Amino acid sequence: MSNTEQPQTCQCDGDSCDNQRRNFISKTAAIAAGTVVAPGIFLHQVAQAKNAAEAATDAVRWGILVDTTKCADGCTDCIKACDERNGLTKENRPEIAAHWIRKVTLRDKATQKENSLPLMCQHCEHPPCVDVCPTGASFKRPDGIVLVDKHICIGCRYCMMACPYKARSFVHEAITDQKAHAPRGKGTVESCTMCVDQVDQGGQPSCVTGCQHGAMLFGDLKDPESAIAKKLKEINSVQLRADLSLNPGIRYHGL
Amino acid sequence: MKKIHYSEIPGKNIGFWAILGMLGFFIAVGLGSVWHMEHEGHHVTGMSNQIIWGIPHIFAILLIVAASGALNIASIGTVFHKTAYKPLGRISAWMSICLLIGGLAILVLDLGRPDRLLVAMTTYNFKSIFAWNMILYNGFFVIVGVYLWFMMERKMNQYYPYAGLAAFVWRLILTTGTGSIFGFLVAREAYDTAVLAPLFIVLSFSLGLAIFVLFLMGVYKGTERELGDGLLNRLAKLLTIFLAAVFYFVLIYHATNLYITNQHGFENFILADGGIYTTLFWLGYVVLGTVMPMALLNCPKPAGKRWSIAAASALTVVGAFSLLYVIIIGGQAYPLEIFPGKEVIESGFMDMAQGGYYQYSPSQWEIMLGLMGVSIFILATLFGSKVLPFLPKSLADDVVDPHAK
Repeated sequence: MSNTEQPQTCQCDGDSCDNQRRNFISKTAAIAAGTVVAPGIFLHQVAQAKNAAEAATDAVRWGILVDTTKCADGCTDCIKACDERNGLTKENRPEIAAHWIRKVTLRDKATQKENSLPLMCQHCEHPPCVDVCPTGASFKRPDGIVLVDKHICIGCRYCMMACPYKARSFVHEAITDQKAHAPRGKGTVESCTMCVDQVDQGGQPSCVTGCQHGAMLFGDLKDPESAIAKKLKEINSVQLRADLSLNPGIRYHGL
Repeated sequence: MKKIHYSEIPGKNIGFWAILGMLGFFIAVGLGSVWHMEHEGHHVTGMSNQIIWGIPHIFAILLIVAASGALNIASIGTVFHKTAYKPLGRISAWMSICLLIGGLAILVLDLGRPDRLLVAMTTYNFKSIFAWNMILYNGFFVIVGVYLWFMMERKMNQYYPYAGLAAFVWRLILTTGTGSIFGFLVAREAYDTAVLAPLFIVLSFSLGLAIFVLFLMGVYKGTERELGDGLLNRLAKLLTIFLAAVFYFVLIYHATNLYITNQHGFENFILADGGIYTTLFWLGYVVLGTVMPMALLNCPKPAGKRWSIAAASALTVVGAFSLLYVIIIGGQAYPLEIFPGKEVIESGFMDMAQGGYYQYSPSQWEIMLGLMGVSIFILATLFGSKVLPFLPKSLADDVVDPHAK
């Protein structure tokens, strides 16, 4: 600015003044372009995200496909990612510690084939935990994510009795250092939230992004063009306890 | 039958107040343990993410099931017109209210958030059988309260048969609801069966009657009132029938499971390999809780003797406790079958239970909570009998006519 308004005070020679002017104009142009274009790129990136006031809809059904053939034996990256993201601490008390996701290794009784897989809330279409909850604290969002309303959970644990996957944990002791995005409370029940706050902003659950082996695929089960829907169409997958007809949102390949 | 005169129990001797004091002490200790549990969190109990409901729930369900059973005595007089039972109607109704208060006190105080009781009472999910139970429990207080009032109030006396019928129907629904808390759990091998509802109903018959007999014998002995052998023997005969009915339903429950191949693992666990649960089933329920009381009530030598009726009633309570322990805690101790056809060889969350099933050791805190509920029931029943005329002055055979149709 001073370059143009006060040429008489300029200490430089002609060429260097031109260079400075050129630099100034090009930087200004770059900043202006960035200011205009970047939000567009960002908005494009989160085109699927909903704003905070917008309710979840049943236009989507979120789900995860776990490829057990890629899930490495002994790897716990997804569990670490979940624990870190949601502030879960185990403190060597597995019987009372909160497990939103756990690693399980199975052996087929007939063939002896072994599988390793992560197990978490299966986000059922017909969740027994929601059916039995006396206050309605356990609820299913229209987009299929099953959650606990910590404000009206009375801590009766009936949902834990009803869950076929042992996916819920009761908070047995006071909690410190909570994460603001994953509120928890002593005396209430909790389980995998599918990192709902991240999903609502167009992101993915931390277990999925934390998996180094590409064994977890997150997406909209209802959208035939989504990667998960295409994959499910292409490969064999199973629901855990399919006999209960709960239609979980988590599917497993290779079991 | 002669005219029945009711009166309050005197309750003036030291023994009475000593009993009340002892019960008050247990209640105070129980409340202290509740404070500790709520302050520290449930990690001070033996309950975990595997054994979700523990000993407090056994005490609570025992008392709740007994509540509807204790009311049976009044129903037999009012609904089925058995004259000999009519003098027992008032205390039967009052005792059932007190049993329910005791049971619910435990359930509520075991909640993770007992301070949210108001939420539980005002926010309902009507698909939940648990929510329905809350309505059934509250309704029970109202209906049985009205029934009791109609029985005692001369002006309303003509209406008490209607109230008695309503209370009888309500109690059947209530126990069906209690049994269905487990019957509706599709995921667990021990539950997910409609037979649990009628099983809980017949269990309420035997358990409620046994507790009623024990209370009657204790109070009439303590207050030196007459309790006829004829009436006691009639109650004892009824207890035999109820014990047999419970055994029948337990038999059906296990026979059905033994027929279904994928239930064999669970049956093997309860009946053969389940450690404490197997012991409690065979020794606690079958031998002590069924065979022994049946023998005491029916073998010629002990039959009809007061000690034998009291012992049989006490053993019935032991049997019911054992059976509920096996069903409720044993049902959780057996690991969930999440992956049929596969065995879990490694898990980060105890899917592979040690020794084939989950361990549970109740802590002193939860036992004290359970005993608190029992104490509330006894204290409230005794106190009510002291301030209101619930008990007949005499239940002698020449007053009651125990052989009346």
